[in-house]
Amino acid sequence: MKKCEYQQIDPRALTVSPSSAQNHTEKKVQRPRRKWEVFPGKNRFFCDGRIILARQSGVLPLTLGLIVVTCGLFFAFDCPFLVEHLTVFIPVIGAVLFVFVVFSLLRTSFTDPGILPRATPDEAADIEKQIDTSGSSTYRPPPRTKEILINQQVVKLKYCFTCKMFRPPRTSHCSLCDNCVERFDHHCPWVGNCVGKRNYRFFYSFIISLSFLTSFIFGCVITHITLRSQAGKSLVQAIQESPARYPFVHTLLSCLDSFSFTVVELVICFFSIWSILGLSGFHTYLVASNLTTNEDIKGSWSSKRGAEESGNPYTYNSILTNCCATLCGPMPPSLIDRRGFLPPDEAMSAASASEIELPPFAAKNDAHMEDNCQDLALSCTA
Amino acid sequence: MAETHSLQDLQQPIISSKVFIQRDYSSGTICRFQTKFPSELESRVDKQQFEETIQTLNNLYAEAEKLGGKSYLEGCLACLTAYTIFLCMETHYEKVLKKIAKYVKDQNEKIYAPRGLLITDPIERGLRVIEITIFEDRSIGSAR
Repeated sequence: MKKCEYQQIDPRALTVSPSSAQNHTEKKVQRPRRKWEVFPGKNRFFCDGRIILARQSGVLPLTLGLIVVTCGLFFAFDCPFLVEHLTVFIPVIGAVLFVFVVFSLLRTSFTDPGILPRATPDEAADIEKQIDTSGSSTYRPPPRTKEILINQQVVKLKYCFTCKMFRPPRTSHCSLCDNCVERFDHHCPWVGNCVGKRNYRFFYSFIISLSFLTSFIFGCVITHITLRSQAGKSLVQAIQESPARYPFVHTLLSCLDSFSFTVVELVICFFSIWSILGLSGFHTYLVASNLTTNEDIKGSWSSKRGAEESGNPYTYNSILTNCCATLCGPMPPSLIDRRGFLPPDEAMSAASASEIELPPFAAKNDAHMEDNCQDLALSCTA
Repeated sequence: MAETHSLQDLQQPIISSKVFIQRDYSSGTICRFQTKFPSELESRVDKQQFEETIQTLNNLYAEAEKLGGKSYLEGCLACLTAYTIFLCMETHYEKVLKKIAKYVKDQNEKIYAPRGLLITDPIERGLRVIEITIFEDRSIGSAR
């Protein structure tokens, strides 16, 4: 059946000989690749590039789990009692807050934080040329910096060796995700993603709504405990009064009394409320003064106290404008175009470049070569 | 069919060099490009024409990032719907980006392609640079 002769296509010869390159292009048309498949950073993609996560998202399930479990316990054990004794709005408010918290959390985790795509080879070469000829670099080797004026204030831009470009102001390179992120705030392990320009508002609404939710559940739990004790029943009496059909089960169940779940909720809320309220307060301060966590920790704008020029150049000098600009400003687009298709020549050069630079990829390309050879064989028999 | 040629149809338009217009950060982190006229383009295109193109692009980006009543309304509405509205609605910024893409294509067709130049939409370079590709200067008529 496969009588025609064919040669195994050497991937290194692809860029050299145009005729074999043409054949390869024809075959590549069958399976156009999307840009997320060749993304150089350490991110993971789901749903064909729609969802982006950091490589290590280990604590995100824990965060989700804690929230869901605590709310579940709240709805199961506190709400029936409180609806009976107080008002039916308690589970309604709880449900609204819960939905808001989960949506904000998922939006924060799955949104591109403002990743800057790496410089193309031509761009990188152009920048190198400029560094060699411009006066800002001395005869000393890197670190390379460029000084610019922002609102009449001198700001240093650093050169990123991984992304091969001068980082725009307020951009920082996250080593965990191996990306430069615009308006980099911090990498949050609880959320499993960086927090940057595009998802800061989701992160902020997540922590604010979580503060409300935790405080609300805490308040309800305290109310529940207070009302129960006011009703005159002690814990022991309440256990004794429950029906005892099966003594052993009854003893077991008495330990797992619904009241003990309430105590569990109380403990979780008590410990988390301090950290969450503290974080919310801190980020409210950052939003009001148009700072990022990164800048605040490094003390970028407060190192020279007393000097007039060392203010934050990005602030609008009004708390309301700062808040509106950070939280309600226009939503910037994603710059990495995850779902776009790779043009055929770029796909090829990406494949051959990865072949040359990273030996582990050789196995992947070999499988491709086998497919192509089979296709070629089939086309010969047609 | 053979009469019409665009730069893509020509077998291998030889790229002579590329010029990169960098971002101008003097007014902060808003998207603005430097209007300085690069020396490599002196022989190809009129300085005023070029500056007008860049300035129009800057104005369009400023419109996209403008902080005003409309953007605040969009932001607040999004917050109230727990940001689910972004899944169904196109944001103001995206609408302006489409306008920009159309403008770049327009400029390329009318002004830059006849002079052997090609402007790449900055969004394809992560809004970092405007990449202008300079093709080797050979008249289109001789390609047949």
